[in-house]
Amino acid sequence: MVTPRRIVVGAHYGMGSWLAQRITAVIMALYSVILLVVLIGRRPADYGQWKALFSNGWMRVATLLFAASLAWHAWVGVRDIVMDYVKPDGLRLAMEVLTILLLAGYVLWAAQILWR
Amino acid sequence: MSSAAAKKARPKYLNLPAILFEIRLPVPGWVSILHRVSGALLFFPLAAWLLYLLDTSLASEQGFARVKDHYLQLPVVKLGLIVFIWAYLHHFCAGIRFLLLDLNKGVELAPARRSAVAVLIVSVALTLFFAWRIW
Repeated sequence: MVTPRRIVVGAHYGMGSWLAQRITAVIMALYSVILLVVLIGRRPADYGQWKALFSNGWMRVATLLFAASLAWHAWVGVRDIVMDYVKPDGLRLAMEVLTILLLAGYVLWAAQILWR
Repeated sequence: MSSAAAKKARPKYLNLPAILFEIRLPVPGWVSILHRVSGALLFFPLAAWLLYLLDTSLASEQGFARVKDHYLQLPVVKLGLIVFIWAYLHHFCAGIRFLLLDLNKGVELAPARRSAVAVLIVSVALTLFFAWRIW
């Protein structure tokens, strides 16, 4: 039986990843600039001020959004690097799995730090 | 088979020694490869290291003091921080250049070379500034 197959080659395959990498890049760039401005403006010098900064509701959400953006962005980027340089299939698969686990770990760790 | 095809093996794959010693990589090429290198470094180990610092400094008063007054004062830690700052700034500046290129801004040869030189200079200059501030 012939089943319709998803087209996984050609000009449009990868468009989603390409766009996601750019959108997450813009989110992270904005967060970085805002964080730098806040740090320069407030100059948190002791534990109380430092803790208060990352306990702020907006800061928690923005930082977690940054972590999630980083994970998605880095997944696309690291996969590109692995696809370019790692030829043996088994090793490539292993590195991609490790990448996903590490990035998922980063996001969960960030959430744990922010909502402790 | 023509003699030209016999002389040169095609396709030619560029390994690291070839990039460093055999061919002269144009400046946009250096920006591109350094974008990869900085991205890889930020992915691992720098992101994990920064999460560790954030975790320790936010966990308790003692953790904050340990990071601020002891750990961040170690020269090797400051060097690591400077590597992070360079990687972040280069990835940031080169990334903005790529976003503009995606929007067809500055894609001609001359402006593309100028913007590549600007990325290298701005990220190194800002790194030196922050290095001076934290040392």
